[in-house]
Amino acid sequence: MTDFAIELIGISKSFGAVKANRDVEMRIAKGSIHGVIGENGAGKSTLMSILYGYYQADSGQIRVNGKDARISNSQEAIRLGIGMVHQHFMLVDTFTVLENIILGAEGGFVLKKGLSSARDHLLKLNTEYGLDVDPDAVVGTLGVGLQQRVEILKALFRGAEVLILDEPTAVLTPQEADHLFRILRTLREQGKTVILITHKLREVIDITDAVTVMRAGTVVGNVRTSDVDREKLADLMVGRKVNLKVDKADREPGEVVLDVKNLGLVDHRGVKLLQDIGFSLRAGEIVGIAGVAGNGQSELMQVLAGMLEPTSGEVEYKGQSITHLKSREPKAKALRRLGIAHVPEDRSREGLVKAFPMFENAILGYQDDPRLMRGTMYNRRALIARTRTLIEQFDIRPGDPMLRAGLLSGGNQQKVVLAREIFANPDLLLVGQPTRGVDIGAIEFIHKRLVELRDAGKAILLVSVELEEIMSLSDRILVMACGQITGEVAGNAATTTELGLLMGGGNKQ
Amino acid sequence: MKFGQPSTLPRWAQLTLLPVLNLSAALLVTGLVTWLIGENPLECLHLLVVGALGYGEGIGYTLFYTTGFIFVGLAVATAAHAGLFNIGGEGQAYLGGLGVTLVVLSFDHVLPFWILMPLCLIGAMLFGAGWALIPAWLQAKRGSHIVVTTIMFNFIAYSLMLYLISHHLIEPGSQNPTTREFGHNAWMPAMSDMLAAIGLTIPPTPLNASFLVALLACVLFYLVVWHSRWGFELRTAGSNEHAARYAGIGVSTVIIVAMCVSGALSGLSAVNDLLGSTHRMNVGFTNGIGFVGIAVALMGRNHPVGILLSALLFGALTQGGLELSLDKPVITREMILLIEGLIILFCGALENLFEPFLASLFARFTQRK
Amino acid sequence: MELLISTLDSTVRVATPLTLAALAGLFSERSGVVDIGLEGKMLIAAFASAAAAYVTGSPWLGLMAGVAAAVMFSMLHAFVSVTYNGNQLISGMAINTIASGITPVLALAWFQQGGNTPPLPDEARFAEIALPFVDTLRNVPVIGPVYSGLISGHSILVYMTVLIIPLVSWFVFKSRFGLRLRSMGENPHAADTAGISVARVRYIALFWNGVLCGMAGTFLSVYQTGSFIKEMTAGKGYLALAALIFGKWRPVPAMIGCLLFAFADAVQIRLEGVELPFVGAIPSQFIAVIPYVLTVLLLAGFVGRSTAPKAVGIPFVKSR
Repeated sequence: MTDFAIELIGISKSFGAVKANRDVEMRIAKGSIHGVIGENGAGKSTLMSILYGYYQADSGQIRVNGKDARISNSQEAIRLGIGMVHQHFMLVDTFTVLENIILGAEGGFVLKKGLSSARDHLLKLNTEYGLDVDPDAVVGTLGVGLQQRVEILKALFRGAEVLILDEPTAVLTPQEADHLFRILRTLREQGKTVILITHKLREVIDITDAVTVMRAGTVVGNVRTSDVDREKLADLMVGRKVNLKVDKADREPGEVVLDVKNLGLVDHRGVKLLQDIGFSLRAGEIVGIAGVAGNGQSELMQVLAGMLEPTSGEVEYKGQSITHLKSREPKAKALRRLGIAHVPEDRSREGLVKAFPMFENAILGYQDDPRLMRGTMYNRRALIARTRTLIEQFDIRPGDPMLRAGLLSGGNQQKVVLAREIFANPDLLLVGQPTRGVDIGAIEFIHKRLVELRDAGKAILLVSVELEEIMSLSDRILVMACGQITGEVAGNAATTTELGLLMGGGNKQ
Repeated sequence: MKFGQPSTLPRWAQLTLLPVLNLSAALLVTGLVTWLIGENPLECLHLLVVGALGYGEGIGYTLFYTTGFIFVGLAVATAAHAGLFNIGGEGQAYLGGLGVTLVVLSFDHVLPFWILMPLCLIGAMLFGAGWALIPAWLQAKRGSHIVVTTIMFNFIAYSLMLYLISHHLIEPGSQNPTTREFGHNAWMPAMSDMLAAIGLTIPPTPLNASFLVALLACVLFYLVVWHSRWGFELRTAGSNEHAARYAGIGVSTVIIVAMCVSGALSGLSAVNDLLGSTHRMNVGFTNGIGFVGIAVALMGRNHPVGILLSALLFGALTQGGLELSLDKPVITREMILLIEGLIILFCGALENLFEPFLASLFARFTQRK
Repeated sequence: MELLISTLDSTVRVATPLTLAALAGLFSERSGVVDIGLEGKMLIAAFASAAAAYVTGSPWLGLMAGVAAAVMFSMLHAFVSVTYNGNQLISGMAINTIASGITPVLALAWFQQGGNTPPLPDEARFAEIALPFVDTLRNVPVIGPVYSGLISGHSILVYMTVLIIPLVSWFVFKSRFGLRLRSMGENPHAADTAGISVARVRYIALFWNGVLCGMAGTFLSVYQTGSFIKEMTAGKGYLALAALIFGKWRPVPAMIGCLLFAFADAVQIRLEGVELPFVGAIPSQFIAVIPYVLTVLLLAGFVGRSTAPKAVGIPFVKSR
């Protein structure tokens, strides 16, 4: 019988009506690297938060080293030898590496003593695990890869035997990721246990010993990595769901509306968010972009909508370059005027002002429309009339134009945004996560509308993390991973396995 | 108890019950202090109300003070709608006074009233706006915190004005740091004179035509903020910066313009004082009006009707408080400052203090139904 | 020489309460809580200490009362900022206004002197302390005047402040508490995940903030002026805030900022109406305005750059 570092038995956790984890079983062998893989919302993060003491499970049992454990907060987790490397680093930028590491474990009121003993300990850990971190460097000046190693050091310094890494490679370059894996292997050699939360198949195959696949809050497979291949994992992860039925006739696409060439975006720290993106989109066509959240889709949409300036490449819209516009007004406004409408991925953060009544949200982005004005003021009647039109066309409930948008259900909020953008009669519609947090009835309605729009000869670029949605709506599917397009598949020919493989990085890395 | 959660209270309760409870809390503490210093709070309240509203002259003074408070309240509210906290109303009002004074001192012997007065208003607004422009620009383009910058600009304004008044604008031969008296054609018509022209007699008080300008400002404020495109962009940028970017709104431009409008409104408050009452500029004539504006806007919830009402309350408190301090030597004028501070505390910093309590009351009530 | 020494001497006097208040602000802002209420806390302390010293005849009891009053206001600020997650700027504003209001009200009611306290008798004030050997050294050239005119002859509070500066420096940069304090202002989530209570550290920081404000206020009334006078802080709290920004939220540079501002103040008084060669008389307002202009320039990054602690002013809400 193997020794288990961690055993999770029958863990369930609900948030309101949402069951984030259902009866989860997982056993993690001591001295192994254990992958936890799943799509967005599969319940990986919730499960790890329970293990690290951020949440309490509603039911179920946690065993650490074979002993029952109640982990009521993160200190308790640390005491039990569990360490966590967060996706967003929990570091103080202005502190040195050493100061960051001893924060919360200073060992006495006078720092000096703690610092010098910590330095020895750290140098030892440094060489032991090949971490190569300068203890006196100021964290804010370090690159992302090094900051992550500081997080690992922090956990090891606190005596972690089990290390949880939450999507550790999401922010890393391939070289940095390779370095991280070398470190993780060293950790395993030294007897530590590593839990790797990821959605990247390559990582799981390359480095883990065993893997737990999660889907919709449940465990759908606990397997030894050597027993599976990527296809099998992709199958398990994505699953074979019943396709939502969308009536969609085949249609010959028209003129090229959007042409993107070699598009690149580098953030202020030099991280490449988008690399060499190229595709075209024709009138009367829905192109879906599949991928796990955080792989550059959001940035791509923002660049195309004029909210971010690309750092390289070209974007042409109806034969006209819109890469950079020379205009006094904000780019997002100028692009709208050209007929590009945008349903943002995060409707409550970007698409709506929750404190505003519906009739004001109905003109967000179109506040310049002369049809709404009477002289220099808005014509309140015209605003209300337009809102009523949107309410009717999209069956928004409750249909009260004066109601604050924040009080609408998610589905109805989404309908407001969608209705507004479609009302503008755009030639190109950028749609992000059109059905996130939307109930089934509204999903069907929204899908139907998008297909109608396509049939009316509009070009639609659809970003979604719901594969099902992408597959049922798209004429062509592009898959993005790590800021690149990893493949293109015809909409009617796509299989989940194929998409899952591409989402997990394809052959590109 | 958890604070900072979205409110579950119905909107009407948020707009009426909470402010009333907050105001009551502030007055309760004031009453407590009054009782502590050995006075009967109810008797004081009575004297205060009578002093402010009990007779014609009192009402005139109350409305005179109200006028200035409306301007500064609207000023703070404009900035607040853009998500900014303008502490610099004091300095902007002071500079607005400079604008007025420069216009008057240059032209009061040459220009007739009908040309001079609009110039004065423009001068007040331009100088107030200019004084707000620099902090706004620094916030929008250089990222320096507007609160700290506007505080510093208040002090810079004090020194600048002290220098200008005592070295350049001072009445020749005068010992006091004050300008010469303005020519009569630069006087804002007194309300008593205006009403007398249509046959109504009210006691002469400093209440002047600025009051009408203030009321007009309230109406314009309402129209611009809730019915114009700029107002829409202003409120969008102030309530959700991400949505503003999404909607193609230039957030830094909105910040700069909003602060300028705010400064211009602060500047207008100087017109009421200088052209309506003192008819000359003294050192420190603003006397903290910019800070009252903060309390007025917070209590009025940045809405012109609320601002009008709370400006009226502060006007009454100022006038009634003065009367009260005459009747009751033990109570000083600074009592008003205490109330002002408590209102800022309860209506501003702790605005939802009673929210959980009210929400649970509501929840219990609706459950029973 | 004598003029220089007397200028420097008054620099030290003016700089002391500024420094105490700046250090108070440092505690608060380093912990991530904006404090524009230094002014009000100094004012309430000035009143409470003068009143207590007058009634009891003891400057030390005055100091205790001053500290207690300022701490009370600090805790109010902590409640709003930490427990209630309210707006820290508005809270500071409220504290300043309440202090401006309540001090003359209580002063008038208790002492009937137009909102001030009566002048404190000598025994109720902090005395100026003559350091040892003052008389022997007085006539030694250079050292004598410096020692007797500048170093000796201050209140105990001045000497305490001289000790407090290195102490605060040490606490902020060399102690466990300081490390945690500084982490709060930069990234409270880091501290939180490391198992440190954000609320606890911020409350403690605001407690010390109150203590230091209390000392600063007491200095003004129980030592410098010898009575409480309405609005006697006259913007010193904001000046201290400016010095804190000038010093980039570090104790010793903040103190240097206070000395600089105080020196400008001392020079300004001495230059009033004096014709200087080449430039003529410099209006005192030009000098008075220097600290504020400097602060604006620093914040805008035109002259160096002073960047506030990253998390300052943002209510801490646990992530997840």
